[in-house]
Amino acid sequence: MRWMWIDRVVELVPRQKMVAVKNVSLAEEHLHDHFAADPSRGLAALPVMPTSLILEGMAQTAGILVGHAEGFREKVILAKITRAEITRDAVPGTTLRYTATMDRFDAIGASTRGIVELFDHARPDRGFTQTGEIDLIFSHLDNNQGGAGRSGEAFPEHNFVFGEGFKTLLRCSGIAIP
Amino acid sequence: MTRDEIFGKVRDVLVNALGVDDDDVTPTASLVGDLGAESIDFLDINFQLERAFGVKIAQGELFPEGVTQDPRFVKDGLVTPEGLAALKTRLPHVDFSTFEKDPQISKVAKIFTVDTLVNFVEAKVNAKQPA
Repeated sequence: MRWMWIDRVVELVPRQKMVAVKNVSLAEEHLHDHFAADPSRGLAALPVMPTSLILEGMAQTAGILVGHAEGFREKVILAKITRAEITRDAVPGTTLRYTATMDRFDAIGASTRGIVELFDHARPDRGFTQTGEIDLIFSHLDNNQGGAGRSGEAFPEHNFVFGEGFKTLLRCSGIAIP
Repeated sequence: MTRDEIFGKVRDVLVNALGVDDDDVTPTASLVGDLGAESIDFLDINFQLERAFGVKIAQGELFPEGVTQDPRFVKDGLVTPEGLAALKTRLPHVDFSTFEKDPQISKVAKIFTVDTLVNFVEAKVNAKQPA
């Protein structure tokens, strides 16, 4: 199963917006290395969600939004991180919420804008607070590299982007797969 | 909209899309050679120009598609006269005067300069709102 970086889709407005959440858990092994204690420098362990994986979470959220627009027939590839700004660490016991909105969409690709918010379960009174913005560009692979024959590159015919991991996530979130 | 106003907006788009300084965006700067644009940046630039100027840019309208992969238009690493004619027809906003003296296919990306984008947008905006 593909490494999924969102736990549940909570809202999908086709071609417009998708909202997903990710619970940050100390059970996730990578948090034990990011950042591990370094006794030689007197540093205690500091488990925080790596920013690169927050980017991946937004990419998966926005990627599903883009893929859903054409019934997951297009191979949607993250092509460019236009802008990324994360201002606060996500520690275990918090929930990340990704809101991706469609900015541009056409045959060759799409651009999305994204807001990252954090919910601290120790401070529920604060609600979700914005901790970042991530804007992305996606390419429709068949229209840019393969099927249209522009580069002559060979890619698999089947849609290897939206595999079982995504289907399981959508099914568990009550989202119909076209 | 004046050409200077168009240039200003195009410069902002390129600063955003390519992460370059304002001063680097001169009219003759090549998008690939001078400003470091890569292929996917062209999609970004396309989208950002649409947003900045409120126009719709069709696939292949601003940057060419298919011409450089067509065996009729490229031979032995050079763009053929037929290929050059096709490019000129499809890209009226591009100045080919330098490229046609040495039409190596490897240099085709360098024909896109900041002025190229300004020419393109000027034509689009004028077509949308005739003076």
